[in-house]
Amino acid sequence: MDSIFAQATATGRAGVSVIRLSGPQAFDIAGTFCKLPAVGRAGLRAVRARDGALIDHALVLCFEQGASFTGERVVEFQVHGGLATVAKLLSELSEQEDCRLAEPGEFTRRALENGQLDLNQVEALSDLIDAETESQRQQAIRVLDGSFGDAGAQWRGKLLRAAALLEASIDFSDEEIPDDLSVEVVSLVTETRASIAAVLERSRMASKIRSGFTVAIIGAPNVGKSTLLNAIVGRQAAITSDVAGTTRDVIECRVDLQGLAVSFLDTAGLRDSDDAIESLGISKAYEMAAAADMRVFLIEEAGEALPIEMRDGDIVRLNKGDERCSDVGSVSGKTGEGVSELLTLIAERLKVKTPQDVVAIRERQITGLRSAESFLGRVLELTDLDPLPFELASQELYFALSELDFVFGRIDIESVLDEIFSSFCLGK
Amino acid sequence: MKHFDVVVVGGGHAGCEALHAACRYGLHAALVTLDKTKVGVMSCNPAIGGLGKGHLVREIDALDGIMGTAADLSGIQFRLLNRSKGPAVQGPRTQSDRELYLQAIQALLAQQDYTLIEGEAAALMSSGGVVTGVRLADGSEIPARSVILTAGTFMRGTIHIGDKRVSAGRMGEKAADELSQQMESLGAVFGRLKTGTPPRLNSDTIDWSHLELQPADADPVMLSFLSKGPTASQVSCGITHTNAQTHDIIRENIGKSAMYGGHIEGVGPRYCPSIEDKITRFADKSSHQVFLEPEGLKTNCIYPNGISTSLPEDVQEAYVRSIVGLENVEIQQPGYAIEYDFLNPQGLSTDLESNLMGGLFLAGQINGTTGYEEAAAQGLVAAIGVAKRLKGVCPIIFDRSTSYIGVMIDDLTTRGATEPYRMFTSRAEFRLKLRADNADQRLTEQGHASGLVSRHRYDLYQEKIRRLDQCRSLLSSMAVSPNEARRVGIDLGLDGRRRNGHELLSIPGVTIAKLADLAPALSGFESESLDQAAREALYVTYIERQSRDIDALTRDLSIKIPSGFHYAGVAGLSSEMIAKLSAARPESLGAAKNIEGVTPAALTAVLLSIKSQSLKNTG
Repeated sequence: MDSIFAQATATGRAGVSVIRLSGPQAFDIAGTFCKLPAVGRAGLRAVRARDGALIDHALVLCFEQGASFTGERVVEFQVHGGLATVAKLLSELSEQEDCRLAEPGEFTRRALENGQLDLNQVEALSDLIDAETESQRQQAIRVLDGSFGDAGAQWRGKLLRAAALLEASIDFSDEEIPDDLSVEVVSLVTETRASIAAVLERSRMASKIRSGFTVAIIGAPNVGKSTLLNAIVGRQAAITSDVAGTTRDVIECRVDLQGLAVSFLDTAGLRDSDDAIESLGISKAYEMAAAADMRVFLIEEAGEALPIEMRDGDIVRLNKGDERCSDVGSVSGKTGEGVSELLTLIAERLKVKTPQDVVAIRERQITGLRSAESFLGRVLELTDLDPLPFELASQELYFALSELDFVFGRIDIESVLDEIFSSFCLGK
Repeated sequence: MKHFDVVVVGGGHAGCEALHAACRYGLHAALVTLDKTKVGVMSCNPAIGGLGKGHLVREIDALDGIMGTAADLSGIQFRLLNRSKGPAVQGPRTQSDRELYLQAIQALLAQQDYTLIEGEAAALMSSGGVVTGVRLADGSEIPARSVILTAGTFMRGTIHIGDKRVSAGRMGEKAADELSQQMESLGAVFGRLKTGTPPRLNSDTIDWSHLELQPADADPVMLSFLSKGPTASQVSCGITHTNAQTHDIIRENIGKSAMYGGHIEGVGPRYCPSIEDKITRFADKSSHQVFLEPEGLKTNCIYPNGISTSLPEDVQEAYVRSIVGLENVEIQQPGYAIEYDFLNPQGLSTDLESNLMGGLFLAGQINGTTGYEEAAAQGLVAAIGVAKRLKGVCPIIFDRSTSYIGVMIDDLTTRGATEPYRMFTSRAEFRLKLRADNADQRLTEQGHASGLVSRHRYDLYQEKIRRLDQCRSLLSSMAVSPNEARRVGIDLGLDGRRRNGHELLSIPGVTIAKLADLAPALSGFESESLDQAAREALYVTYIERQSRDIDALTRDLSIKIPSGFHYAGVAGLSSEMIAKLSAARPESLGAAKNIEGVTPAALTAVLLSIKSQSLKNTG
């Protein structure tokens, strides 16, 4: 049985983040990071990475089997150092043998199986699973970079085809299957592996870790979004950073809004465009808007059609409030009218939301991609052998695919069979 | 009329395995069949085994079933498929002499004690939601505590040739129409599936002189673990191809095909398409392979594998004669499509017991499968289900991590069948573990504990394992340094690590012969044990890597979902997921995993709900 770990507290500028490790080997694993205090006693420890570098001075607690949340041995690390510290600790944990990031609801699952939860707790947790499931759906787009979702679909498609070609050579070898299928398999696997490696490289270099909430300001060109953004930022005492977004067309400002870490995104003006570069920026805007926790729509006229669908919690404001008579529901970036009220409303609504656990999810995705890449490397090694061990190559390919499962969803054997039957005329 | 423990309706492949197994369990059994001379007949391709199918036969054999033995007694062209590929994907197969196969099955059945009743089952009798027997068309009643329905293609079977339509279960044999209607009145909802068969040709009218021949294996691999070798003479198959002219004829007449003319509503399998399908879907393929398979040693009937059709007879003759070698061929029996009833297998338990009524078990084509082997395996499972129900025997666990039978049962009962289901090795995610060579190691022990496996087979099995274990021990005791290995031609990096025999065997290119140079005692073992050890070594690291998944599956399989579980009440499930789970009615969390689109979070949500219910009930 694996040991699992995850961040137990919300990411943010909070003083403390709790990382929980649960499993039969929890004490052994945690013991490689620091000397563990006795069960039931909190101890301040220097938590170190494998190379000896200090990660953080953390409060460490150990819970014995049968007397913990999950019923397994549990170690909790209460770290103080912020986002980078959390990321480092999670990364180090994922390098441990038989130790991995927990799946959504997995702690609960283990608690359930070990009989640790009573009826109330069980019912309360149902809603939490519901929320987690919903938020999981938005992860992929958000975390590494916007085109991640597209890349994933392409990888799956290529690897599905590679799997189908290998299976065709196995299950239909007594029929008319072309001899040179392995050539295409090699090319598909090589391309996919290179593409995954490129994404990993990019994500390593893009060291900006986004966390907290994202509010996208959406509207047609020249409606006053940038002005509004300036007004918002100008209102705040503490600007944490003013960073260029991952593309030229998204400006992101991170702000401390009443204790919440919020990134305001000024997206490209949404309109149909013939200009290729502008179109790119616009589709980026759509993506960012879809992935954001909240959207603020800035419109010219009341009742105007919105460029994208509004969701629960989104806010609509009329622009250029300084030029209007009716100032209900309007803002002016120029004069600052209505901006305070807008920000208060935004903060109120965000406070009740569950923030994306970006750092943890990002680590999981990176670990998954690294594993997938290494399995694909194995496939290529095997295709070099003569005769090609088809069943071993296909097994390594399935290992790679299951690493990609979490982010992109499961590939079904029926999809592989569909691919085979649509490509080859088979059946005696 | 005597009261039976079980009545098997239909003497096809599913029925024969079910019947024989029921007898092995000591159940008081009866077989109802329309024609006692046709018990065990092969309706279509006279072959047993293959890729995936061969695995099923070995598993049936490991549990003392009869298909493998009958195949070996009648086998006239043994070929191990994928011989040049790894053991995990090798499939033993043989063409069989149709007549010899039939005789072998009937002889094996004759060794058991059961009652044969010739007649047509017209109705299921039941009381209080439990089956009480079968009523025949002539009005006579057969009381029984359970019924295994294995009607094959006979329930409202309709044969189509062109626009000719004939009610039949097989060419020349009448269909069974009453039973379906009666079952509908009990709430059964039937679907229609179709399958097809090619015309049969007269070998004497074929010009073999220019055709490529495919011989039998020089070193044949048997279907049954207990067989020593073939008993019938071996023959070769001929290979020819369709050509542009063949395709033109078919294309010009495609509207006259029963399928393309819109006469058939049943869905056919993707992978056993008619020649009409092949030419339509793969229009740019200029020729399709045709295997000319002898149907027996004493017959001149040839089965041309690859040109299944439902075109009118005159068109069949035209296109068949356009094929090289067949210019003057005489067609002995036309090809045809057959449509038949089936029931959604999601309505079955993992024992294949139907939700229509207690004690009713369904096996074979009626569950939406195609193939003799798939049917036979289900017949076996149904009989085990009956024995569990009536005698409380030890169950035999068929799950995805231990048998192809398990993969099939899980696929059928959780996913249902929208087209005829056929086994492929790719359906098994633990394919490297579920090999044809280790079916006995996976199942015979359980079969014995259940009372299904004879003393004879079990003794032989135990002896085999004893010798294998000795061989394994010897291999484990070896401690070979890289230098020692290099001396016998095994190229190892000088890492100073000593390896045992298993580790050495897992290195590509290392043979038993090389190991025998290092440990001469190995040559004292017979090749069966040595070869088996070599196969295991090939895959052991992969199986270890998958062991976590297997443990997770086993754990999930042990978490039962109460029947009638209300999925709509589970927080966190999408409406699509709710619909799929409600249709599939998985018996356990492990079964739920197999449903398309199920996520770990969804499984946890279901688990939460189950626990919540049970806490409420006990609290």
